[in-house]
Amino acid sequence: MTAARRGLGFGFWLSISWLIVISLAAIFAPWLPLKDPGENYIVAGARPPYGPSSTHWLGTDQDARDVFARTIFGARTSLVIGFGAISFGIILGGTLGVLSGYFRGWTDRIASIVMLILLSFPGLILAILITALLDRGLATIAITLGILGVAPVGRLARASTLVFAERDFVTAARAIGSSNRRIIVRELLPNVVIPMAALSLLGMAIAIVAEGGLAFLGLSVDEGVTWGKLILLGAGTRDLERAPWISFGPISMLFLTVLALNYAGDRLRDYFDVKDITL
Amino acid sequence: MSQTQASLRGGPEPLVSVRGLRTLFATERGLVRAVDGVDLNIHKGRSLGIVGESGCGKTVLSRSIMGLLPSTAHREGSVRYEGHELVGKSVGSMRRFWGQEMSMVFQNPMVSLNPVMRIGEQIAEPLRIHLGMSRSDARDTALQLLEEVRIPEPKRRLRQYAHELSGGMRQRVVIAIALSCGPAILFADEPTTALDVTVQSQILDLIAERRQDRNMAVVLVTHDLGVVAGHTNEIAVMYAGKIVERAPTNELFANVKMPYTRSLLRSIPRLDDDPHTRLHAISGRPPDLIDPPSGCRFAPRCAYARERCHVEAPPLQPTENPDHVYACWYPVGSAEFFEREEELVATGVHVRGRQ
Repeated sequence: MTAARRGLGFGFWLSISWLIVISLAAIFAPWLPLKDPGENYIVAGARPPYGPSSTHWLGTDQDARDVFARTIFGARTSLVIGFGAISFGIILGGTLGVLSGYFRGWTDRIASIVMLILLSFPGLILAILITALLDRGLATIAITLGILGVAPVGRLARASTLVFAERDFVTAARAIGSSNRRIIVRELLPNVVIPMAALSLLGMAIAIVAEGGLAFLGLSVDEGVTWGKLILLGAGTRDLERAPWISFGPISMLFLTVLALNYAGDRLRDYFDVKDITL
Repeated sequence: MSQTQASLRGGPEPLVSVRGLRTLFATERGLVRAVDGVDLNIHKGRSLGIVGESGCGKTVLSRSIMGLLPSTAHREGSVRYEGHELVGKSVGSMRRFWGQEMSMVFQNPMVSLNPVMRIGEQIAEPLRIHLGMSRSDARDTALQLLEEVRIPEPKRRLRQYAHELSGGMRQRVVIAIALSCGPAILFADEPTTALDVTVQSQILDLIAERRQDRNMAVVLVTHDLGVVAGHTNEIAVMYAGKIVERAPTNELFANVKMPYTRSLLRSIPRLDDDPHTRLHAISGRPPDLIDPPSGCRFAPRCAYARERCHVEAPPLQPTENPDHVYACWYPVGSAEFFEREEELVATGVHVRGRQ
């Protein structure tokens, strides 16, 4: 640990900065000096969509609504879906994985079967099934995408728990009389959380993209705007030819956010792998 | 067996008495008999060395006594701690003993500390579990413990992580954790194997000091007879899951009976040897514990083995000193032993017999 260890690097902090900016913008969107996302800014004598200009930075859509404002407002839903989905995946998958990795035996067998079933179930079909049977509320969509994350997260959690549960410090904790709960919470979780943090960033990126996919099938949330729904709005062939800016705004925002999440997640993973080796 | 029992009796009531302890592991290849019928007494304030090659069951024996085994293990026999029978106790009821009555120092301090928990918190952990101390009391006690194991700048260490400390310091921290709740018996499982030589003796001295201060029993598990020589009152030599010789330390070094112990002694390099003296190695490997040889388990590797050794397992029998027991048909000093020794010297197997 002595030698100059590479830091997380400029790219990582740039990614994190972008994520912070976009999150803050999403949170404070109603108070920002943005155009009203619901307003139709029709200019007399011209037919929308209008191209980018000093009043509408990213142009307007077919109904003369401001693309930039709508993209920022769309971030609210998209980020909540991404965050909600991965939180659900981490909580359920992480619990399942840690318990099965620590207790082994029957717990492990049952958890592994559950994960195998989840993995072998086609994600899209599951999403269609759930949204068709239930409503298309924000929570439903987030949990649907979260369920798809349970198995990958669970497997990672199980694998890292297996690694750490074999270490002597866990036996040492038993030897001083720690209960299973204490060992899991105090000894294992802090170690398992590191690789999980990296995975959760990647998972959030996947969930945001997946929401876009659902929107394309018309299965995204029924109320409010999301990046996926905004992109869909301008994705008709005629619109793409004549007014590419309608999709371009939300696409670039989604692209940058997903890129930032992936990059930060990757760097985090590399960084902590290095630590593991030198430790 | 009755003779064994006799030699285990005598003296004050032991702190721990182990009788006929067997530890079996169910594996895919078959049942591994890692500990196969061990009798031992551990006395208050005394130090017992358990010696043997790797794979002889030393570590499993010490963990079996404590009950710290994976779920695939099965224990038979009896381990009594101050009158409590420990074999068959659930993990839940063993927690009362772990940390407070018995605790353990592990082999490798690089992996026996949690990498993401501060040193102070790790020492405070058992204090809070068992003694119900408040956070600040536990912290003060942790500081005292660090001073007790002579870590320089103890205050600063409390806030550091394991990777910021050297190997020797980490092992001191592990010892501090093991001592924190004032155990009556401390198991030290190869506590110095992962450390360099100069640090080794410091750690062993530290354990010996703490033992005297606290009148605590110590079980020192090691493959190195040199390590136990200066730091134990009694030594038990293990081979293939069984104890093959047990004696007070001085008695053992003065009067070795079992050829296996003798080979272990001869494999220690000595300072007064000529340069380039070949080290004596014991050829071969310890036997497979799934299917151990019939008769004496050391016989296949023993230069002094005869017909009988391969057929009939020798029982533990006492010497003139009732505390010294050994399991051998033709022990060092017997007529048959000398007869074979002469043949070996004559054929040049022993170039310089060192007795």
